[in-house]
Amino acid sequence: MIKRLAKSVREYKPAVFFTMLFIFLEAVIECIIPYVTAGLIDKFNAGTATLSIILKTGGILVGLALSSLACGGIAGYTSAKASAGFSRNLRHDMFYNISDFSFSNIDKFSSSSLVTRMTTDVSNVQMSFMMIIRIALRAPLMLIFSIIMAFFMGGKLAISFAVVIPVLAFGLIMIAKKAMPAFRRVFKKYDKLNESVEENVRAMRVVKGFSRETYETEKFTKASEDIMGDFTKAERIVALNSPLMQICLYFNMVFVLAVGSYLIIGGKSSINVGEMSAMLTYGFQVLIQLMMISMIYVMITMSAESAKRISEVLDEKSNLISPENGIKEIKDGSIEFDNVNFKYSKHGKKFAISDINLKIESGMTVGVIGGTGSSKSTLVQLIPRLYDTTEGSVKVGGVDVREYDLDSLRGAVAMVLQKNLLFAGTINDNLRWGNENATEEEIKEACKLACADEFVETFPDKYETFVEQGGTNVSGGQKQRLCIARALLKKPKILILDDSTSAVDTKTDAVIRAGFANYIPETTKIIIAQRISSVQDADMIIVMENGKIMNVGKHDELLKTSEIYREVYEQQTNGGDRNE
Amino acid sequence: MSKLPRGMSTGKKINPKSLARVIKMLFKAYPVLVPVTCACIIISSVVSAIPSLFLEKVISVIEKFGKNPGVDTWNTAKEQIIPLIILLASLYVMSIIFMTLYSQFLAVITQGFLSKLRTKMFAKMQTLPIKYFDQNKHGDIMSRYTNDIDTLRQLISQAIPSMLQAGTIVISVMCIMLTLSFWMTIVVLCGVVAMVLVSKKIGGGSAKYFIRQQKSVGKTEGYIQEMMNGQKVVKVFSHEPQTKAEFDKVNDELYNDGFKAHAYANCLGPIIMNIGNILYVLCAVAGGVLFVTETTNIGFRAIFTATFVPITVSVIVPFLSMTKQFTGNLNQLSQQINAIAMALAGAERIFELMDSEPEDDNGYVTLVNAREENGELVETSERTGIWAWKHPHNDGTLTLTRLTGDVVMTEVDFSYVEGKQVLNGVSVYAKPGQKVAFVGATGAGKTTITNLINRFYDIEDGKIRYDGININKIKKSDLRRSLGIVLQETNLFTGSVMDNIRYGRLDATDEECISAAKLAGADDFITRLPDGYDTMLSNNGANLSQGQRQLISIARAAVADPPVMILDEATSSIDTRTEAIVQRGMDKLMEGRTVFVIAHRLSTVMNSDVIMVLDKGRIIERGSHKELIAEKGTYYQLYTGAFELE
Repeated sequence: MIKRLAKSVREYKPAVFFTMLFIFLEAVIECIIPYVTAGLIDKFNAGTATLSIILKTGGILVGLALSSLACGGIAGYTSAKASAGFSRNLRHDMFYNISDFSFSNIDKFSSSSLVTRMTTDVSNVQMSFMMIIRIALRAPLMLIFSIIMAFFMGGKLAISFAVVIPVLAFGLIMIAKKAMPAFRRVFKKYDKLNESVEENVRAMRVVKGFSRETYETEKFTKASEDIMGDFTKAERIVALNSPLMQICLYFNMVFVLAVGSYLIIGGKSSINVGEMSAMLTYGFQVLIQLMMISMIYVMITMSAESAKRISEVLDEKSNLISPENGIKEIKDGSIEFDNVNFKYSKHGKKFAISDINLKIESGMTVGVIGGTGSSKSTLVQLIPRLYDTTEGSVKVGGVDVREYDLDSLRGAVAMVLQKNLLFAGTINDNLRWGNENATEEEIKEACKLACADEFVETFPDKYETFVEQGGTNVSGGQKQRLCIARALLKKPKILILDDSTSAVDTKTDAVIRAGFANYIPETTKIIIAQRISSVQDADMIIVMENGKIMNVGKHDELLKTSEIYREVYEQQTNGGDRNE
Repeated sequence: MSKLPRGMSTGKKINPKSLARVIKMLFKAYPVLVPVTCACIIISSVVSAIPSLFLEKVISVIEKFGKNPGVDTWNTAKEQIIPLIILLASLYVMSIIFMTLYSQFLAVITQGFLSKLRTKMFAKMQTLPIKYFDQNKHGDIMSRYTNDIDTLRQLISQAIPSMLQAGTIVISVMCIMLTLSFWMTIVVLCGVVAMVLVSKKIGGGSAKYFIRQQKSVGKTEGYIQEMMNGQKVVKVFSHEPQTKAEFDKVNDELYNDGFKAHAYANCLGPIIMNIGNILYVLCAVAGGVLFVTETTNIGFRAIFTATFVPITVSVIVPFLSMTKQFTGNLNQLSQQINAIAMALAGAERIFELMDSEPEDDNGYVTLVNAREENGELVETSERTGIWAWKHPHNDGTLTLTRLTGDVVMTEVDFSYVEGKQVLNGVSVYAKPGQKVAFVGATGAGKTTITNLINRFYDIEDGKIRYDGININKIKKSDLRRSLGIVLQETNLFTGSVMDNIRYGRLDATDEECISAAKLAGADDFITRLPDGYDTMLSNNGANLSQGQRQLISIARAAVADPPVMILDEATSSIDTRTEAIVQRGMDKLMEGRTVFVIAHRLSTVMNSDVIMVLDKGRIIERGSHKELIAEKGTYYQLYTGAFELE
C-alpha cells in the first residue's frame, strides 16, 4: 500500500530529500546550541566571562541561530512543496484512473465515496506525509544521538533510562492500541451523524410538512450524545499521553539528582556535576524524541485508513477497456443483439435484461415503450458500450462492439440521456462537447434540427448565454432540446434518445422527429418514450417489460398483438388526441 | 460544496466577540468544571515552571559539597539536599496530578460542549423557516456541522489551554524578570516585540493561504462532484481528455495554495525559535556589558530592599534560562494562530445560524381529537378519526370546529423577493372532498400556492381560511399535521421501508403502514425487495428508482391520513400505467377529502373537480376539464399539444 502511494511522489523526490537533509542539519545545530550556551553559563558562574568571550560565544551562537533558521526555513519550504505536490499527484492519479472506470467500477465505490477519497482522505495522507518527512528521520536520529550522549556523558546515571524507556514505550503503545479502535469507531459514527444532518436539511419540507421537528431533534440528540460518549472515552485515553510523559521525565530528573548527588558527594563514583547536568539535558531530549515517535505512530495509524482507501482507487483496474488496435471505422448504423443477458452486478441474482434478440437495420427509426423499471435504458446503454453484456453480444455495423476502439464507437453512437446534463459554461461551450471544432453554422444547423435555435435566439446573449451548473437557468424542455442538438453535432451513425423529449410539447416533438427523417435519414434512430405519439410512426416499436422484449412491430400491429401497448395507448388517448 | 468559512472569504475582519461568546457558552455549559479546569491548568503550569528556577540551586549545592567528596560530607550534605529533592519531587507530583486532572477534564468538556452546541444548533435549525433552507446552499449549512464544529474542537481542546498555559508562564516569568532587573527585562521585551511582529506577519500570511486552500478544496470538490454526476455524459461524448485537463487546472490551484499555506506555517516555528536564540545572545551580551561597566541594577527586589548595587552574575544567569523558557512558550503560542483564526471564522458561522430568526408561530387554534355527543363535538384524548379545531376566544369561551378541509384563499398576493410579485390576487375555493388542480408553466406560481397553504411562507395580502379559520391563528404544527404533502423531489430517510412509511404517523401499526402502501400501489414492489418492508434504505433511497421513491412517499402521506392532501408533481416519475394504479388507490384514499394537485401531465389532473390555469401569478382560467375544453383557451391549447409546459 505504501509502495503504491509512494509512486505518486515522482518529481517531488528531491524536495523530500532536501527536507530530510535540512531537517537533519537543523537537528544537529539544535544539539550544538545548548552545548555552547551551557559553556557560556559556566563561564558566567565561574566569573571568567569577559566581554570579549561573551561577544565571541555570542557570535558563534548568532551564526548557529542563523544557520538553524536557514535550515529550518528551507526544510519548511521543501516539506510544504513535497507534501502539497505529493497530494496533487495523488489526486491527479486518482482522477485519471477514475476517468477510465466503467460504471461497475464506479458503482463499486459509489460516487460520493470517490469524492471523499479524493479530498478528505488525500488531505489526511498529505498531513501525515509532511509529518513523516519532517520527523521520521529526525526523531530516531536525535534519539540515538541523545542516548549515546547520555551514556557517554552521564555514565552510570544513564541506567535510569533502563527504567524510564520501557515504561514509556509500553505506556505509549498501550494508549495507541486502546485509542485507535475507539477513534475509528468515532469517525464512523461521525460520518453517520453528518449524513443524517444532510438528510434532515435536504428533507426539511418533509420534516416541517409532517411537523416532525421535535422527533428529528430527539433523534439527533441521541446520536450526538452517543458520539460524545465514545469520543470522550477515546480522547481521555489519548489525554493520558502527557501525564505519562511527565511522569517519566520527572522521574528521570529526580532519580538523576538524588542518585547523582549521592554518588558525587559521597565520592562513590567519578561522576562530576557537569556530567550530571548533561544527563538531565539529554534525558529530556530522549523523552521528547520518544514522544515524537509515538506521535508519528499515531498519525500513521490514523491516516492508514485513508491511505488504504486511496490505494484501493489507484489499484482498481477498469473492467471496460478499449481493445488494442481496435477497429476505428464503423461501417453503418445497423445494430444486432444476439442472445443478450445482462446484470449490473456480478453477484446480482436477477438479470436486468434477458434473452434479447434484435436486429435493427441502418437508418431505421425504432421506438421503445415500457413501464418504469422495464430496463429500456439498460438495453440502449449496451450499444455505446457504457456497460458490457454479461452473456451474448451486441453488434454495431456487423461487428461486436468490444472489437471497436472505444472512442470511435462512442463517436459514432450519440446518446441523449434521460438525466440531461448541461455543464457550467456558455451554450456554445456545451454544444461543442459534441464536436469541438464545430463551426457556428454547424451549431446553428444542429440547433435548428433540435428546435433549439428558436429559443436560443430569444436570449439576450444568444449562443453565448451562460448556462449555470446543472443547467438550472433553462427550462426542462429547452435543456432537452439543447442536449439533442449537442448529440446531433457528433454527426452520429446511431442516435439514441432516452426519454429525452418528455418535457417538450407534442408539436415540437413531432417537428423534431420529422426533421430527423428528412435531414439524417441514414442515421439509425432509437427513441425511448413514455408517450405513444412519440413512437407511433417508427419503423419498429419494441415493447418491454421486466427486462424482456414482449412485442416487436409497427403501431398498427401492436395495437392488435400487444396487450400492454394497447393499454398504454388507450390510457393516453381516451378522450381523443391529446398531450401526455 | 464550499467549505470556505464565509466570514473569511469576504476578507471581512473577524470579530473577536465570537471568541468571547464561545468562552461564555463554555462557562455556562460547565459552570464548575470549566473554572476548575482553568485553575488546574494555571496551577500545573506554575508548579512545573518553579523547579527550573531552583534546579540551579540544587546543582550549586551539590557542586559545593562535591568539591570535597566523602561519606562524612554526604552525611552533612544530605540534610540540605534531601529536603530540596523532596520539595522538587512533590512539586513534580503536584504538576502531574493537576495535569492529569485538566487533560481528563478537557476531554469531557470539549466533547460535551460540542455535543451540546451541535444539538442546540440542530434544534434551532428545526425552527428556522423554509426560506432559510431555500436561500442557503445545503452544503453550506452542512459544513457548519462538520468543518466549523471541528475548528471549535481544536480551539477548546488545544488552542485555549495552550494559550492559558503559555500565558501563565509568560506572565509569571515576566514578574520574576521585573523583580530581578529592569534593564535586562527591557532587552527581553525587545525580542518579544520582534517575535510578535513576525508571528503576526507570517501567521497572517499563513492564515490567508489556509483560507484560500479551503476555498480551493471546495472548488476541487465541486468539480469532482460535477464530473461524477455527469460521468455518463462524459463517456457518451468521449470527453475524458478534456475533463482531465480541466481537473489538472483546478488541482494545480489547490497545490499552489496548499504549498504556500504550509510553507508559511512551517517557517514560523524556526523563525520564532531562532529569534529566541539571538535574544539569548543579546541577553548575554547585555548582561556582560552591564556587568563589566558595573551598572547599578534596578528591579523590584532592589527597590523594595533599597539595595542598589551593580548587576551580578546571580541576576544574569537566571535571565538566560528564563529567556529560553519564554521563547519556548511563545513558539507554542504562535503555532496556535491558524487554529484560532479558523475557529473564529467557524464560530461566526455557527452563531450566524443560531442567531437566525426562527419561524414565528403565534397560532393558538389547535387540532384535537373529537367525538360526537348529542350532535355536539366533545374533545377526547383517543384517536377517533374525527378532528376538530379548538378555538379559544378572547372572552374565554372555547369553540370546537369540525375539521373538514374547506380551504378558501381570497385575493392573495405574494412575492419571495420584494418587488417581484409571484402571486397576484389569487382566489381559490376548495370545498371539502373536492379535487383542485393547478396547471401552468414553471414559475407560474403553482407550488407557491401550496407553500402558502401550509405556511412555509406567509402571504403578503389577502386571506386564507381553513374551515373558516384564518390560518394565521392556527398553530403551525397542527396546521401542517392536517395537511399531507407529497413533493416531486422525494426525500426518504435512512432506515427501513417500514420506518419511512411510519414517518407519516409515528404511532401507526405495521398493518396500517402496509395497507397505506397497498393503497399507494407500493406494496407490490416493496414485497419484491430483498427484505420486503424491512429493507434498509440509505442515501435517500439510492437503490430505488425515482418512481419507487415517489410511491413510498405517497404511502407515507397516506398513513398520516390527513383531511387535506397536497400532491406537487407527486407522480411525475411514475409511468402512466403505474400512475393509473396509484390514482385508483389515491381516489379511494381521498374520498371525502380535499386534494390539491399540481401536475405536469394533464392525464393526472383531468378528473379534477376544478382546474386552475395559472400564468405569471394570476389565475387565467378555471373550471372543470369539460368546461375548459369548451372554452378553447390556454388549457385547450395545452391539451392539444400546441403549447409547451415547463
